Amino acid sequence: MSDLLSQEFLTALISGGLVAAMPLLFASLGELVSEQAGVLNVGLEGYMLFGAFLAFVIAYNTGSEWLGLAAGIVAGAVGSLLMVVFSVRMRLDQIVIGIAIILLAEGATSLLFDASYAESRPSLGTPSELAIPLLKEIPILGESVFSQHPIVYVGIALAFVVGWILKRTSAGLSIRAAGERPEALDAAGVSVTATRTWATLCAGGLAGLGGGYLAIVGAGSFTPFITQGAGFIAIVIAMLSRGVAPWTIVGAVLFGMSLSIATALQLIGVEIQTDYVQMLPFIAVIVVLVLFARRSYLPSALALPYVRGEK
Amino acid sequence: MIARAARLGEATLTAAVPIVLALVVNGILLAALGRDPFTFYADMFNRGLIQWEGFQESIIRSAPLLLIAAGLIVAFRANLWNLGGDGQFLLGAAFTAGFAPSLLESLGVWPMLLATMAIAALAGGAWTLIPALLRGRYGVNEIITTLMMSFIGIGVANVLVKGPFMTEVGGVARTDVVPFDERFPLLFDTRIHLGFVIGVVALLAVHVLMTRTSLGLRLRILGASPRAALHAGLRPVRLTVIAFALSGALIGLSGSVEILGVQGSFRADFNPAYGLLVIPLVFLARLNAIGSLVLVIVFSVIQIGGESAAREAEITSDVLFVLVGLMLLFMALTEYWRARRGRRMRFVPPELAERLRPAAGDGGGVGGEPRPAIGAREMGSR
Repeated sequence: MSDLLSQEFLTALISGGLVAAMPLLFASLGELVSEQAGVLNVGLEGYMLFGAFLAFVIAYNTGSEWLGLAAGIVAGAVGSLLMVVFSVRMRLDQIVIGIAIILLAEGATSLLFDASYAESRPSLGTPSELAIPLLKEIPILGESVFSQHPIVYVGIALAFVVGWILKRTSAGLSIRAAGERPEALDAAGVSVTATRTWATLCAGGLAGLGGGYLAIVGAGSFTPFITQGAGFIAIVIAMLSRGVAPWTIVGAVLFGMSLSIATALQLIGVEIQTDYVQMLPFIAVIVVLVLFARRSYLPSALALPYVRGEK
Repeated sequence: MIARAARLGEATLTAAVPIVLALVVNGILLAALGRDPFTFYADMFNRGLIQWEGFQESIIRSAPLLLIAAGLIVAFRANLWNLGGDGQFLLGAAFTAGFAPSLLESLGVWPMLLATMAIAALAGGAWTLIPALLRGRYGVNEIITTLMMSFIGIGVANVLVKGPFMTEVGGVARTDVVPFDERFPLLFDTRIHLGFVIGVVALLAVHVLMTRTSLGLRLRILGASPRAALHAGLRPVRLTVIAFALSGALIGLSGSVEILGVQGSFRADFNPAYGLLVIPLVFLARLNAIGSLVLVIVFSVIQIGGESAAREAEITSDVLFVLVGLMLLFMALTEYWRARRGRRMRFVPPELAERLRPAAGDGGGVGGEPRPAIGAREMGSR
């Protein structure tokens, strides 16, 4: 058991956990903003897939990770445009449209990948990392936390920025009002539709960035159905964060570590079947929901279309 | 009589419009990929419907889908989202494939068939227990919990198949194969097996259950308004568990039908992902059993024909995901257009759509109770 505290094991656990956490962090941050505004993106998984695919294509063809990640944001936002048009603007059922987006994304990305890359199955180079001077010398933490892809630090900072925007700025107030009391926001002269539109696009862009990270840094390539339910886990993380953005870091890292524990265990000679590992995050969600069933909270107008003058 | 025929015609038309539009847009996509959509669709209908061999394949494919549709209707009518179909299906399939060989040896064909089906139904039903209790007791949103349980179910099925249920014959991880002659009997001189009959009967039984029995009425009241159900002296938690268990059992049974009718054994990582694909169909049929029967068969034709057309056109059969996604999108749009023309018609019952609304005040949990009595007045109209 002493192996469990070995430097090798802990480094792999934390470092792998952070890599696996990033897609979840970005997606759940976006979903949190959008949920606060009253839009539930069941199709988050779909935005991630769109993001992962385009990010891969651009990164592969230009050789630039950053252009790839930017393309991921664009693709995710375009995916969420479906949600904006059909659910926010036309007020169609958010769950049905969400399922449609997932199916479209799964089919379209698989089809496009198959059409252009199925033969070659290219992979990208090793992602760059940014080791922070001095801090990287700390044992264990230095090699895991402070030697990551630069976007990791961006993600963690972003969680605090989003938290600050939601709680302290008027834009954040509008977003929260659109989810809690849309009629009050409307009465105050702010467009509920516009607020929800921006919030949904934000969810799409961030989920797309998460997908892009998954393809470029996490996997180094794209494979159809690469997200494997990450979008749904991100929705759960957003729900359990109860509108407090920095909590998404905790949730994402915990779920990320439940994914990286297999690789870490392999390093110290413990083999477990991948099926167990793939189940782990979902079991974690169920356990968390059973234990904290009463603690998750959603805005009162979530998933309800806003029609002016209708009570 | 005429009014009734007109209503039926209108319902058929409104269900056909989204399907046709989806086929058209999908065709444009195929053309963009450099494939001839007309050849593709000609292949599809030829292989799935016109050719006798292909049509039998379509009917065979429809067997598990019919049971899934039946399971979804029970849950949706009770205003519960069961999105965990894939996990329930695979658990049913894994348990059937795992127990069938030894039961066959000890009991013979028919007792084996019945026993494995019962085990599969139990497994599928049991898998809904946690979401049902969380939903019933604490109002935790079942969309999330059934999905999570589905992923766990997929993992458990594979762990079983690669572990205790694994064949001793080498090669791919799989269960022992049930010999062809000891699976479901075939109907007449066709290759269609008993599973199709089971599927049709289950769907009709669900129809009778929901429209003609007291349990069905109670489930529908729960669906229309849990608060009304409470006032009527019903027990919402118990009803939630019953509805979910029934739904899961039917879907678990569909896994059994797939193994005993088609596969004969469970290969590791088998997952046809039928769960999400059937959802649009039952909504398009507006949760009506007969309508679902027709649409499931139409979809099976599209799937079997489409798989073969995709092979012919050298594209992945995942193109069918796009087609189903488009069907859902156009279904929602058709509803929208009709509502704008003042002819309100819902594919998705309004109370199901509003299910996410938490209880008033400090929402006690994700989801919570829907608004009291909403949609109750619309119940009769469906």
